[in-house]
Amino acid sequence: MELIKPGVTIPFTRYRYIAVAISSVVNLFVLILLFTRGPLLGVDFAGGTVAQLKFSKPVTIGEIRNALGELGAGDTVIQDFGQQGSNEFLVRLQKTSAQLGELSEQIKEGLTKQFGSGTFEVRRIESVGPKVGSELRQKGAWSVIAATIMMGIYIWLRFDLRFGLGAVVALIHDVLVTIGALIVANYEFDLTIIAALLTVVGFSVNDTVIICDRVRENMRKIKRESLETIINTSINETLSRTIITTGTAILVLLALFVLGGGVIRPFAFALLVGFFSGVYSTIFIASPVVLFWEKRLIRKSPSTLKVSSVKK
Amino acid sequence: MRQSVLTRAIIFGIAIVAAIIYLVPTFVSPLPAWWTSFLPTDRINLGLDLQGGSHLVLGVKVDKAIENNIERVRTDLSNVLREKGVSGASVDREGTLLHIAVPSANTERLRGVLKSDFAYLVEAKSPQTTGGKSDYFLTLSKEEIRSLRDYAVDQSLETIRNRIDQFGVSEPIIQREGQENILIQLPGIQDPERAKDIIGKTALLEFKLVDDTANVEEAIKTGPPPGRQVLYGHAGRGDGIGTEKQAYVVESRPLMTGEYIQDARVRPAQQLQGASVELILNGAGARLFEQITAANVKRRLAIVLDNRVYSAPVIQERIGGGRASITGNFDLKEARDLSIVLRAGALPAPVEILEERTVGPSLGNDSIREGVISFVVGSSLVIIFMILYYRGAGAIADLALVFHILFLLAILAALKAVLTLPGIAGIVLIAGMAVDANVLINERIREELRAGRAPRSAIEAGFQHAMPAIIDTNVTTFLSGVILFQFGTGPIKGFAVTLCIGILTTVVTAVYMTRIYYDYRAMTGKLKRISI
Repeated sequence: MELIKPGVTIPFTRYRYIAVAISSVVNLFVLILLFTRGPLLGVDFAGGTVAQLKFSKPVTIGEIRNALGELGAGDTVIQDFGQQGSNEFLVRLQKTSAQLGELSEQIKEGLTKQFGSGTFEVRRIESVGPKVGSELRQKGAWSVIAATIMMGIYIWLRFDLRFGLGAVVALIHDVLVTIGALIVANYEFDLTIIAALLTVVGFSVNDTVIICDRVRENMRKIKRESLETIINTSINETLSRTIITTGTAILVLLALFVLGGGVIRPFAFALLVGFFSGVYSTIFIASPVVLFWEKRLIRKSPSTLKVSSVKK
Repeated sequence: MRQSVLTRAIIFGIAIVAAIIYLVPTFVSPLPAWWTSFLPTDRINLGLDLQGGSHLVLGVKVDKAIENNIERVRTDLSNVLREKGVSGASVDREGTLLHIAVPSANTERLRGVLKSDFAYLVEAKSPQTTGGKSDYFLTLSKEEIRSLRDYAVDQSLETIRNRIDQFGVSEPIIQREGQENILIQLPGIQDPERAKDIIGKTALLEFKLVDDTANVEEAIKTGPPPGRQVLYGHAGRGDGIGTEKQAYVVESRPLMTGEYIQDARVRPAQQLQGASVELILNGAGARLFEQITAANVKRRLAIVLDNRVYSAPVIQERIGGGRASITGNFDLKEARDLSIVLRAGALPAPVEILEERTVGPSLGNDSIREGVISFVVGSSLVIIFMILYYRGAGAIADLALVFHILFLLAILAALKAVLTLPGIAGIVLIAGMAVDANVLINERIREELRAGRAPRSAIEAGFQHAMPAIIDTNVTTFLSGVILFQFGTGPIKGFAVTLCIGILTTVVTAVYMTRIYYDYRAMTGKLKRISI
C-alpha cells in the first residue's frame, strides 16, 4: 500500500505566501484571544478548588448548586464531566480548602442533606493556593519557551542556523495554534496541558528534522538546482513518512481522546491539534522561513553557501 | 556475519528473559517464596492519582517563627540587662525590630552586654541620642535568620513525620521542597480531612492563669487590660445541647508550655465525662508544674491549645507527680488525635496548606481501566495499520513494538518508577511513536528498491540512510521530556519518565531488533524478495 505515489511532485513552496498569510491571520487571532478572553485557567494555575462528584442517580446542576448552599454561590462553576449518563460533575470553587477549613466535609454535609447519604461520592478534590498557582504558571510558560529555543539550537547545531530559525518559527506557530484551539474548545489549562505543549514541541520538530535531513542529502546530490527546488523535492520525497509517523501517533491519540477519560481528554486534544499543526507548519512555515532568509537576507547563491557548512 | 547475528540474537534473548523476570513482581502477587530469595521483587508503583491518596504541600510560616524568636530574645535581653545592672533600660519589639532605650550614661555597658551575650543581633539602623537618652534598633543577623528558617522547616518536618508515623499511614513521603515548603504524600488514605487536621495543627500547648477579677464583657468590647488577653473555649459540649462559645480573660504570659510533655495518653470516657488526654510531664516539667500549682491555689488555670481554651479548672491544691489532664468532652477519635499531636510536639511555626490533591480509590481504578482500554485500542490500531501498509515489514515493526512495551514496563519496574495517569497516557502515546523509526526505515527501503537496488542492499542502505533522522528525531523528543521532568510535579513527572524511557526502548527495538531479523534472512540467503 502506498499513500503518496512515487514521483508525485506537489509544488508546496509555491503556496508559501498564501500559507504564511493564513497562518499569520490564525496566529494573530490566537494572540488576540490570549490577551482578551484569555485561557481558561484550571486550579493548578489560577488557584482555587475543584471537586469531582459522582452520583448514583441522575441529578441536575441546579440541585447540586442548591445543595452546596453558600459554597455554591458566587463564582462557583458546576459542570457535567465524564461520559453521558455517568452522573459525574466537577465543582469549581474560587476558594482553597486552607481558607475554608474542612472543605470536603462541608461539601459532603450539604450533599447529604439534599440527596441522602450514600448516594454520592467525592472522588477527587484538588486545592491550590494562589501563590503556588502563579508560580506554576510562570514555570510552565518558561519551560515551553525554553524547550522551543532548545529545539532551535539543536537544529542549528545539527544542520544550520536557517533551519534552526525555521524550526523555532514553526514551533511557535504550533504552540499558538494548540493554545488557540484549547481556548476555542473551552478546555481548562492545567499542568497536563503544559506537558502536552512540551510534547508538541518535541514531536513536531521531528518532521522538520526529517525534511532538513533530506535537504542536506539532496544538496549534495543535486547541486545545480535552486534551494527552493531542493526544498520542494525534499518535502515531496519525505511526504509519506511525515504523514505516516504523525498518523500513527494520531491513531493512539484518538483512542486516548475517546476512551481515556475526562482527565486525559484535554491532554489528548492538545496533542491532536499540535501534531496536525506540526505537519502543516513544517511544510508551510519552516520551509518559507528558510527561503525568506535565503532570498531576502543573504542574497547569495544557495548552492555555494550551504554544502560547505553541512556537517555529517 | 553468522557470528554477529547469533551474538546479537542471544543478547536480545537474554534481555527479553530479564525483562520478563523484572515484570513478574508487578503482575504476580503474592510471589512464591523461592522467587523472593534471589530474584527482583521491585514493582511498578502506582501514583496517588491511580491508587488514591492525598498529596499535600505545606508552607511553613517562617516569619512567625522568627517573630516568636525575637520575642524570646526580647525577654532574655531585658532580663540580662537587669541582672547586669544596666539600669533604666527598656526593650520593646516592633515587628522584627528590637528597640532598646537606655540613659546615655549606660550606653557603654549596654554595648558590652550586647557584644558578649547577644552577638547574633545586628544594628538595623544607627543609634540615636536625644536628651540624655539613647535609642538602639537591633535585629537578627542574616545568618541567624537563615539558620532559624532552616531549623523551623526541618523541625516542622520532623514533627510532622512523627505525627504521621503515629497516625499510621503506610509508606508516606515527607520531604522538604524548596526553602519553606514541605511535601507530603499519603497513599491510600481513608480519611484525608482527619490526617490534614493532625498534620496542620500547630499544637502549641500553654497553661495560662485566668484573671477572674476582670470583666469579660468589658474586655471583649473595649479590649483586655494590659498583660491580659481574651481567649475562647467551648462550654457545655457534653450535655448534648451543642456548642456555646465561652470567653475567658487570661494572663498573656503563659506559666508553662507543652515543651515539657514526655507522653500523652488517651483516657477513655467515664460516666459523666467524655474521653480525656492525660499529659505526663518530664522531670523539669513536673517540678515547674508543682511550683505553679502551689503558688496559685484556688485560682483557675486555663489549658490552652492553639489559642483555644480546652478547660479552666480551679487549682485545688499543689499538684506533684507531673500529671495533668485535658478534658473537653472529646470523643475517642478526637482524644486520640490530640494525644498524637501533643506527643509529637508543637510545630515551631504555624503551617498553611498551599496545595492539596486528594483522589479516592474508585476514581483511580476507573482511570487505570480507561488507560488500559485506550492503550489496547490505540496500539491495536497502530499494529493493524502497519500490517496493512507494510505487510511483512509492518509485522516485524509490530513485533518490535510489542518488545518495546515489554522493555518499557520492565525498566519502569526495575527503577521502581511511579506510574501516574499521565504516565499511562505517555505509554499509549509512545506506542504510536514507537513505529516511527520503522516507518523511516521502511520508506527508505522502498525508495532504494524503486531505485533498482537488490533487496539485500536496499535494506542495508535503508537502515544506513534512515539512521541520522531517527537519532535526531528521538533526541529532540527526549530533550523535551527532560525539560518536562525538570518542570513537572508528581503526575507530570510520571509522564516525562515514561516518555524518556520509552524513546530509548523504541530506538533499541525498532532499529537493532528488526535489524537482527533482516540480517538473519540475509544470512540464510533467503532475502530474494521482501514484503514491504
